[in-house]
Order: sequence, then C-alpha cells, then structure tokens
Amino acid sequence: MTITSPSFKENARAAIADAQLQRALTYGLGFVERRRAAADRLPEFDALRDAARDIKNHTLAHLDLYLEAYESRLKASGGELHYAVTAEEARQIVLAICRKVAAKTATKGKTMIAEEIGLNDFLEENGIQPVETDLGEYLIQIRHEMPSHIIAPAIHLTKQQVEADFRRVHTHLPPDRNLDEPTTLLAEAREVLRQKFLAADVGITGANFLVAETGTSIIVTNEGNGDLTQTLPKIHIVLATIEKLVPTLEDASALLRVLARSATGQDMSVYTTLSTGPRRPDDPDGPAEYHVVILDNGRSAMLGGEFEDMLRCIRCGACMNHCPIFNAVGGHAYGWVYPGPMGAVLTPSLIGVDKAGHLPNASTFCGRCEEVCPVRIPLPRMMRAWREREFERHLSPATVRAGLGFWAFFVKRPRLYGLATALASRVLALFGWFTGRFRRLPLASGWTRYRDFPAPQGGTFQARWRRRRGI
Amino acid sequence: MAEATTKRVGLFVTCLVDFIRPAIGFAAVKLLEDAGCTVEVPRQACCGQPAFNSGDRATAREIAEQVIEAFAPYDYVVVPSGSCGGQLKVHYPELFHGDPNWLPRAEALATKTYELISFLTDVLGVGKIAARYRGTATYHDSCSGLRELGIRAQPRRLLAGVEGLSLVEMADADVCCGFGGTFCVKYPEISNVIVGKKAECIAATGADTLLAGDLGCLMNMAGKLQRLGRPVAVRHVAEVLAGMADGPAIGESRLRARKARS
Repeated sequence: MTITSPSFKENARAAIADAQLQRALTYGLGFVERRRAAADRLPEFDALRDAARDIKNHTLAHLDLYLEAYESRLKASGGELHYAVTAEEARQIVLAICRKVAAKTATKGKTMIAEEIGLNDFLEENGIQPVETDLGEYLIQIRHEMPSHIIAPAIHLTKQQVEADFRRVHTHLPPDRNLDEPTTLLAEAREVLRQKFLAADVGITGANFLVAETGTSIIVTNEGNGDLTQTLPKIHIVLATIEKLVPTLEDASALLRVLARSATGQDMSVYTTLSTGPRRPDDPDGPAEYHVVILDNGRSAMLGGEFEDMLRCIRCGACMNHCPIFNAVGGHAYGWVYPGPMGAVLTPSLIGVDKAGHLPNASTFCGRCEEVCPVRIPLPRMMRAWREREFERHLSPATVRAGLGFWAFFVKRPRLYGLATALASRVLALFGWFTGRFRRLPLASGWTRYRDFPAPQGGTFQARWRRRRGI
Repeated sequence: MAEATTKRVGLFVTCLVDFIRPAIGFAAVKLLEDAGCTVEVPRQACCGQPAFNSGDRATAREIAEQVIEAFAPYDYVVVPSGSCGGQLKVHYPELFHGDPNWLPRAEALATKTYELISFLTDVLGVGKIAARYRGTATYHDSCSGLRELGIRAQPRRLLAGVEGLSLVEMADADVCCGFGGTFCVKYPEISNVIVGKKAECIAATGADTLLAGDLGCLMNMAGKLQRLGRPVAVRHVAEVLAGMADGPAIGESRLRARKARS
C-alpha cells in the first residue's frame, strides 16, 4: 500500500481545494450531535468510560496471561490461531488458508487490519478476488481508494458520486434505471452483493474484541454483512491484533456499551456477532474452518512504553469525528490507514515517525479528541510525545528549529527580551497606527495570507507598568 | 472582604498581551484590584508553550524554571489566558515529572495559578461586576481554558451582569478556532479552513462583538473576520468586564473606533 503521509501538507492542500470533498465533510453524518445525545441519555456514561479504560489497562498489563487463555479456549472450540509478526507474514498466512480450498473469491467484512496489511491488492495479485461487503468499503473498493474514516470508510463521498460509480461499474443493469434516492442505491448494492456472498469460498472479517474467557471473536456491524461474510463460506478468517483482547464476555459487553454510543450515537450497533470456533455438528450453519490471525506489526513494542495507552483504542472514530483538522481535510490526507487523532498517534508507531511526522504536528491540541475518547486515551499528550521524539532526532524542519532557537535566546533573558519587544512593538505600532492592522507582514506570510494581523498598541505592558509604578 | 485585601497576586501577563495588547493586562489589574488584591508584575517573558508544543522539552523546562522562580513569592499567580494558564497549571508538573527538586516547586506554582476569570469567580467569589457595555456579544470558548481548566460558565455568568450587554450563543462555541499556537503558521491552509468556519458561526449570530479569554484565539478570529470584511469588534472578555472597552478593538483602526463611538 502506498504511504503518502510524508506529503500530508500537499494532500491537505488538495483536500481543501476539492469542493466535492468539502461538501461531504460539511454535511457529514451528524456523529457529533448523535454521540452527545447518546451520552446524555445514559447518566452513567462517564463512569462506563472509566470502567472501559480500566478493563483495557488491566488486559494490557496481563496480556501474556490473556493471550494464553484465549489461545487455549480458541483451540478447544476447534479454531486455529496464527501469529503474524509482520504484515507480510499475515498476508502469507491468509493466502495459504485461501489456497487450501482453491479459493477464487473472498468476501470481506470491514477490517482495518486488512487495510493495514494491504490485503486486497495482495489477494488480487494472487488470483483471488476480494469482495468488500460493507457498503462503504464496497464503494471505496470500486473506486480503488482507501477508507477515509475507520468506521465510515466512504464518508468523503457524496450521493452523486456513488450514483456515478454504480453506473460505471454495474454495467449489467439497465443504464436508464432510477438511482436518485439513497434507498435505491442501497438496494442495488444489496442485490449485487447477495450473489457474491453465495459464491465466496472464504469470508474474512475483523474483530472488535477477542474474549479470553471463551475464545470468542466479536464483530459489530450495522448492515448484517459481517454475518453473511462469516457464516456462508467454507472458511472464516478473523484478522485481529493483540489489543483486541478482553478478559471476559462481561468486559466485552461493558466496552460494547461505550463503543456504538461513541461511534455513531447508537445505543448498540444493529448486529453484534459472536463467533466461537467453526460449525459444530448440530449447528444449522457456519464455516467448516475458523482461523484467527493475530497481527503484531509493531504493537508489542508499544507495550510498557510511552505509547501503550494507544493500545486501549477500540476504533470508534469519535476522535476524528470531533477533530477540527480531520473535518477540514478528511481522512485521505493522513496518507495511510488510520486518520485523525488516533492515526496521528498510532501511525508513527506502525510506519515510523520519519514518515508520519506531520500527523502528530497537525493538531491545535484543542483536546476535543481526548474529551470524547471512550477509553480516555490522552491523545494530545502522545502527539506531543511524538513531537519530542522528532525534535530529539532532528527530524523537525530546520526553519522551525532555528526560529525556536532565536525566540528562546530572548525568552531565557527576560531583561533583553523586554528591551527587544518594547522596541519591536513600538515600531510595529507606528507602521500600523492608522489602519490598526496589517494585511502583509514580513516573516508572517503564513498568518497574513489568510488573515489580518493586529498592530500592537505600542509599548509593552511591562514597560508601561514599570513606568506607571515608577520602577 | 478583609481577608481579600491580603491576597498578593503575581500577574503573568502572557507574551501576547505584553506585546500586542497591554490593555488586557491593565484590565486584568483593574479587575484584581477592584476585587481587593494587590497586584505585582515580576519581570517575565513567555510561559514556554511554543517550545513545549514543538517537542523541545529542554528549552521548555529552562523557561518553566525561570517562571517558577519569578512567581514563587506570590500567594496567587493569575493569567489572563486559559492557554498559558493551562501551561503553568497542568503542563509544568508534567515537565518535571520524576524530578525531586523541581516537581514540588512546579506543583506549588500549579496549585496557586488561576486563569483570570475563574480566579475572580471561583477563588474570590465575585458574582457580579459593575460594568457597562453597549452591544450584543457572542463568546468563544478557547480550548485550553475550556478543557484543561473547566472555564465555561464563569465568563458567561459575569458577562450576564454587565449592563447593556446582551449575550448570544454561536453554534459550535466550543470548537477550536484553528489558532493552535505555531500550528496556524505551520499549517496555514488548514488553520484557515477552521477559522473560516468559526467566522461563519460568529457572523451568523449577528453579534457586533466577539469575546473570548485568550488573545491568541482572539487575534486569529479578529484577523479572519477583518479579512472577510465582517464588522465585528473583537475583544478580550476582561476589557469588557473592567469597563475598559472604549479604545479600538483588536486590529481596529483608530479612525474607525472613533467613528463607531461618536
């Protein structure tokens, strides 16, 4: 998968110039209002968030224990567990399983891990057609795009774009059909996908939780596509990561109570599906084989370190829904799988801060992400921690470092600082005396390209104060 | 109020107020003195936030040590900014985490540091301030003040008591204005989109005045409103509360201010 995070600035510029995208971002899906309403409906919501944080912290502190317990329960129920250290290992494991049944097509429920390991392209290269079954994922698949949001992958698209794509791709349907309404678009997608579900040899899903107590994987969906993906084909492959583990079903249910509320403002997602092993003899349906691939891809290195809190993330997307930066540029600008504040912290951990350095810098530290995070991840603090690593490794731009050095020279000498600023404020005040502000200012074009800069009143507060008090 | 007269306040004026708009500093002094405090202004520069948020922890610490020492003698440290106030109150202790010498001193400073408006209401118990202002104002919640220091009701409560002032709420008052310190010049295009949305929310209220508690945000919003040709006077909330809102607003020309008042 191409990583364009290093050109975040250019990506952002293009996103801002994209009128269609800006329209989609402006109208959005009302997640912020819905989350607020859902939280207001539940008096214990904040207490639940504390509980959710504690469950995750406890699990991470005893991860070895819960991984072993999970593995033994999974095996007892007839499932198979595969550990993958790298993305390449994960891809090979999935391919080997698909080859066992000579799979031609694989349906996929929504899985960000598949995006992380670039699974679709890889399967296609190896003669297996992946079919995304989540509506949003299906849309971006036919557009050859990446998701722009972790729970609403096609949030960057407008209805008109979807209609055009369907006419372009579904050429077997009458060209003059009516696709004006969202419901007709949905019906068409459902019709097209129904055939694919029945034909698939392998079904691949993600996991919202892995339950150590029972060896169960849990997914939540709103479309029911996950159920069809995992019950109809011969093989069900679950792609997961270590931080999906929770000790008990009780814990999973506590987390489910904050997940949907934080994500879409629903009390619960429409479908919550629990899978424990393959089909048993007396089950009416289900896959003959049940495989779980646990990908590490840099996560175990986050344990015990500065970024461990990030492993609490339950991928609700609330941080990006509430992020002014995300809402200005959309998810694609971030240049890899995970956008928004959670991406700004996780992406440097997974692909390197040398590539993803812009992401933790492109934040105003407004703190809204941390305010709404259901597991209380201190996202701004960790973005700052990434900036510190960049600074230590001399990755931050030379101009920024030089500017900072110049400024710090004066700030560390308050007397000199006082003289310099008193003089500068007088000069600027003189130039701006008539207009009260500047439309252009040397060295401040980043500011004055878009806004006026106020002229100082003239003479610093400290100089005036001392004169007034005679000190 | 006998006890209040003994309160010795060190004013941390903030580098922006010091440099751009001393009037806010004098408004803060008036509010504090009217409430019975004695105010002193030790020599100071900046709280160090630009270094801290750029990842330069060593410089941020050096600057923080300087501030901690300068303000050690006072009963309280008051800051007319939620952002710089948050730096002293929340982030200084983080900076000295695990340092046996400096952490206790950073915590001592943090404990006695308050943002101006919340100091007036929450510490001094000021409920109403006798001030007059003719106009309709809308109030923007600056992020650090709101989320790090819990400032939301306090300024609205004091503004509600200002004679002649009516307060209207804008949509998304609690959403960032896009300033973000160095962010606004490191990512100017993104900052511009955010402040553009903010300016629309402000204009939609029809208010003639925009108030907030942080000069950085105020400069950003004023600059955008002016570039868009929106006739909104932008001021720090302390200017209005102190009855010192008769000079030109932020970025306003003297000529225009004179015309508006006549």
